[in-house]
Amino acid sequence: MADIAATDAPAAARSSGEADKGTLRLHRAIMIGIAIALVIAPFVAYPVFVMKVLCFALFALAFNLLLGYGGLLSFGHAAYFGMASYVCAFTAKNWGLTPELAILLGTAVSGGLGLVFGALAIRRQGIYFAMITLALAQMVFFFSLQTPRFTGGEDGIQAVPRGKLFGLIDLADDRALYWLVAAIFMAGLLAMYRIIHSPFGQVCKAIRDNEPRAISLGYRANQYKLAVFVLSAMLAGLAGSTKAIVFQLASLTDVHWSMSGEVVLMTLVGGLGTVFGPIAGALVIVSMQNYLASLGAWVTVVQGVIFVICVMTFREGIVGVISKWIGKPL
Amino acid sequence: MKLKTFLTTTALAALMAAPALAQQISVKAGVLNDRSGLYADLSGEGSVIAARMAVEDFKAAEKGIKVEIVSADHQNKPDVGSTIARTWYDQDGVDLILDVPTSSVALAVNQITREKNKIHINSGAASSDLSGKACSPNTIHWTYDTYALAQGTGGAMVKAGGDSWFFMTADYAFGHALERDTSAIVTKNGGKVLGVVRTPFPGTDFSSFLLQAQASKAKVIGLANAGGDTINSIKQAGEFGITAGGQKLAGLLVFLTDVHSLGLATAQGLVLTESFYWDTNDQTRGWSDRFAKANGGKKPTMVQAGVYSGMLHYLKAVEAAKSKDSAVVMAKMKEMPTDDPLFGKGSVRADGRKMHDMYLFEVKKPGESKGPWDYYKQVSVLPAEQAFRPLAESECPLVKK
Repeated sequence: MADIAATDAPAAARSSGEADKGTLRLHRAIMIGIAIALVIAPFVAYPVFVMKVLCFALFALAFNLLLGYGGLLSFGHAAYFGMASYVCAFTAKNWGLTPELAILLGTAVSGGLGLVFGALAIRRQGIYFAMITLALAQMVFFFSLQTPRFTGGEDGIQAVPRGKLFGLIDLADDRALYWLVAAIFMAGLLAMYRIIHSPFGQVCKAIRDNEPRAISLGYRANQYKLAVFVLSAMLAGLAGSTKAIVFQLASLTDVHWSMSGEVVLMTLVGGLGTVFGPIAGALVIVSMQNYLASLGAWVTVVQGVIFVICVMTFREGIVGVISKWIGKPL
Repeated sequence: MKLKTFLTTTALAALMAAPALAQQISVKAGVLNDRSGLYADLSGEGSVIAARMAVEDFKAAEKGIKVEIVSADHQNKPDVGSTIARTWYDQDGVDLILDVPTSSVALAVNQITREKNKIHINSGAASSDLSGKACSPNTIHWTYDTYALAQGTGGAMVKAGGDSWFFMTADYAFGHALERDTSAIVTKNGGKVLGVVRTPFPGTDFSSFLLQAQASKAKVIGLANAGGDTINSIKQAGEFGITAGGQKLAGLLVFLTDVHSLGLATAQGLVLTESFYWDTNDQTRGWSDRFAKANGGKKPTMVQAGVYSGMLHYLKAVEAAKSKDSAVVMAKMKEMPTDDPLFGKGSVRADGRKMHDMYLFEVKKPGESKGPWDYYKQVSVLPAEQAFRPLAESECPLVKK
């Protein structure tokens, strides 16, 4: 018996190592596929629309990092998305910052906000955690509503200049801006991928699956949770700032709780806890909003029906189901 | 040789036919509004019907102008609205965008229209910034604005004896602006503001604020709020018997469809300002009957009437200019006086403000109403020059010296 076990173990290890390599190869192929799709996209589809999808995909990726890999359901992610978009729009318009600086500043501010909110929220778990994040996000919403000098109230910050990247490349041209957004998105995706597959990401997953065990193994769970919270807030901020530059506006829609709901929807439709799911989810939801706009009142109905179908028939989301079919994590 | 002659003649014939073809101008108009949310009733599909009616009444096809109308739902979100506007202008060849309620979306579309050098005729949004700070050579603000609403309800009420006011203000920038503008006009006309209470936005329970308003003994309670807040506060005021007790409710942003959904029993005695009411004269009645037939029996709001009127004026300008070039058409629209069965004679000012009279209405008591949609009685008429912000006070860079 012992002999068999001894001979089997390395074989099993070898085969699982090969499977990992196969997964890695597959992921690499998908990344290259996405990069190629990004290059082709502006020639096939309308660039502004693709940019919108990319911004929301990045936002959904950030949310998925927290929920899918950290196991933390934040119901207030709009706060980081929206606050970054306000900061970016405000500094680009009123201080005349170049777009890359405005985007970085927006990202940094939402990271700071994530640090404060995260430090408060991770003290509780489950539904209490979700409610605390929601409450804090509502505070950000009312702050935005009540400070028209900074946020423009319900009119939002309008006519934000797209400016010149590094003071050189004029972003008023949709194509030029597209390459910037595509690069930001790709960088965000790669960073996310790296975080998930780093030792840090592994510990986060361990905490997600069984927090007391991770603690008993000597990990300071709260520090890991806070770190993943801040990273997620920063990525969401990056998405929000980029969106402000693309649409040249920042408005209350971005900080409203329904935006937090929308990102949950995108992640669930695409596939929770999968690397590429949120991208698919964002593509589906944003396309629906855009191409069904002429249907009028039916948009929300259709959206609801799709959500119900999704929950009833494939709970793992689009990418989750595909991943099940091919038997490899995506 | 023969073939060559044939080819040259056909080429010549084609060349000669070309100018005749150029006479045919085809324009594409996009109606962008809320089709699923709060403002779907007052704009929505009705605005699309109104735009179509303008094309029919103008007999565009006979005059060699081919008009296509597209529509979309902006869901009251600036980013959705601005994506649609950009796609329409860049990809679908849309020449003008009509309607656009919700100020934040309107300001975004205003900006994009200017960038793309197209035309925007706004009927649905309230913000007076559209012809003020944010004015653009490519935008006309057609139907109403917050300044006119404040002038109408504030000024005319004081003249009609309502000289002491109490404001219930939704606690956000729009509510503050309405309150500020209206109270300035009230005091300018010799009235007094006895007090103000700020209500959380959005709110559902207004009872304690209504009691304060009632206790203030002010003759008029000004509702500086919009949408659901207005509906809720009017309903609750009815329950407290405020209008029955002799105080008047003044809605600063109330539409015909709001009164319709509230019902006369609740809304009676409410005073409000609009630029169009279907039951004003024979022309408006005739047009509104046709409109109601196409719109499931619902009478038009001023926003929908404004879309009709704006579309008609645009088509007239295209016909006169024999071109759809934005700058040329805008110049024509500002140069030609406006005239249509709904708003009568008027003009478009240099800052993009469309000038016409505004009316102060009072909502009828259930007993006074003769039938469905018979809701308003006219209290007074406010001439255009008094209703809208004078150019001298304008913050619009286009007219500043």
